[in-house]
Amino acid sequence: MSDLMLSLVGVNARYGAVQVLRNVNLEVSRGEVVVVLGANGAGKTTTLRAICSMVQTTGSIEIQGTQVVGKDTAEIVRMRVAHVPQGRGTFPELSVLDNLMVGAYARKDKGIQEDVDRWMDAFPRLRERRSQAAGSLSGGEQQMLAVARAMMCKPELLLLDEPSLGLAPIIIEDLFRRFGDINRETGTTMLVVEQNANLALEIASRGYVLEAGQVVLQGTAEDLRSNEAVREAYLGA
Amino acid sequence: MTAVTTESRGSFLTWLKTGSGILTTMMVVITIALIPAIIQGGLKLFLQRIFDSLNNGAVYAVTAIALVIIFKATTLINFAGANIAMFGAYICWWLNTSYGVPIWFAVFAAMGAMAVMGAVIERSLIRPFDVSDHLPVVLITFGLAAILEAFAGGFWGLEFHKFPSPFPSDPKDRFTIAGAFLRHETIGTLIVMGMMIVGVYLLLKKTKVGLAFRAVSSNPESARLVGVRTGRTLQAGWALASALGVLGACLVAKQTNLEPAFMAKLVIFAFAAATLGGLDSIGGSVIGAFIVALVQSMLTGYGQEIPGFSWLKSNFALVLAFVLILVVLLFKPAGLYGTRRIERV
Repeated sequence: MSDLMLSLVGVNARYGAVQVLRNVNLEVSRGEVVVVLGANGAGKTTTLRAICSMVQTTGSIEIQGTQVVGKDTAEIVRMRVAHVPQGRGTFPELSVLDNLMVGAYARKDKGIQEDVDRWMDAFPRLRERRSQAAGSLSGGEQQMLAVARAMMCKPELLLLDEPSLGLAPIIIEDLFRRFGDINRETGTTMLVVEQNANLALEIASRGYVLEAGQVVLQGTAEDLRSNEAVREAYLGA
Repeated sequence: MTAVTTESRGSFLTWLKTGSGILTTMMVVITIALIPAIIQGGLKLFLQRIFDSLNNGAVYAVTAIALVIIFKATTLINFAGANIAMFGAYICWWLNTSYGVPIWFAVFAAMGAMAVMGAVIERSLIRPFDVSDHLPVVLITFGLAAILEAFAGGFWGLEFHKFPSPFPSDPKDRFTIAGAFLRHETIGTLIVMGMMIVGVYLLLKKTKVGLAFRAVSSNPESARLVGVRTGRTLQAGWALASALGVLGACLVAKQTNLEPAFMAKLVIFAFAAATLGGLDSIGGSVIGAFIVALVQSMLTGYGQEIPGFSWLKSNFALVLAFVLILVVLLFKPAGLYGTRRIERV
């Protein structure tokens, strides 16, 4: 088990007086894609925010063996953790190119320009619109930008918060195919929060189901897909 | 044929609604309104009024940029900005007159001192509060303004002091163009303003800290998620804005003389300029600054000659600034070149 990328043990998180996560245990191995399923308000987003220290958290969260509870978000990002928040989190007033550059903010190496080219090759629409303000992009383009921006920090762990939200089905399919590609090509570990369980379970090897801030079910993608409760609640079958 | 005409008319109307369109319309209206007065007063007087407005325009621009930087950082108007600038001008004057520090060294020392004060203010009085809850922060900047004014009065007295000019200011230091005088001071002020704008532009567009600042002002949460230390970045913004405010104050203090409220009076014009140009647009607020100065100069210079407007004297400039702020907020709240709606001022 030395190849653990991420491990949450007994994690509680709260917004002021409201406790959102209760004793969450969750593990992601290096190179794995893991999905977190759950209804609205189950604590999926908070789980990702806890990992980045964006919410009051107790318990243990280790990234590659280093305890991160209580650390600064800026420090955690420098451990090569990228977070694509819900609603894309692009910088609307900044150009597409500046959005990518800001994604590399925590990096100090020389390969930044190379990576800009690389992700513009991967998403040619971003090259076409490189000097346009990010706010003027379509929803699908913004999601591509958000993913490319996250990849600009050369993440070892990529946290994706409902990437399919508000996108057309055909774009969602393309997007998830990309996630699969990125995972295979770069070996980036991914923790994906998603309502669209069908697609998410296609690229994921394992999954967790959250309910009212607690993990109620976990297993391989196969197990979850065949689980009666999951099928009913999240797969529409 | 008809379709083409409609389309071009449509795009013309669209252009009219953009910042440049409104700007052009304004300039045309002002010019037409002034034609009788210009004919009566002559070209020389007209040119003189334009030259007179340049100096004010440059000072409003520098002060407006300081406001814009704080607005971008906090989405709030920093009501203490004027008095931070005033306090810096006092420090400059005090270093120069009491210790014989050469004027430009004194200006830079005062800018540095107030940059430190700006950083301390951000860390101690602004950061502990959630800026999305506007009332505490607005009250704090109001309180700070009062405190600085009281301290300046306490240390240096309430009387007017003559401020040393940073530029050659002998009455003979001037160019004559078509009979109108363009003072060396005015040119110096314009050059300093130009250098400052280029400097701020390069800082924001070409440096990492500038990128971080733009990212934080665009989306603070995402900025944190890419590893920007948002607090420190905003602190740098406060330091920069405070230093620029001091520069603006030192450029204008020769003409207004030094007293504890001298910047508070002037900042209304800078606020009008920034509102007109767009509170989140540096370029827009510079354009706004020169328009405000030009309109001020023309209206107070020629206004009384328009039949029925003999009551329009220079003390109405302040009223004019307020009317302008009101009109912009009512009809184009983002300003000519701004992007963000101003909802929380």
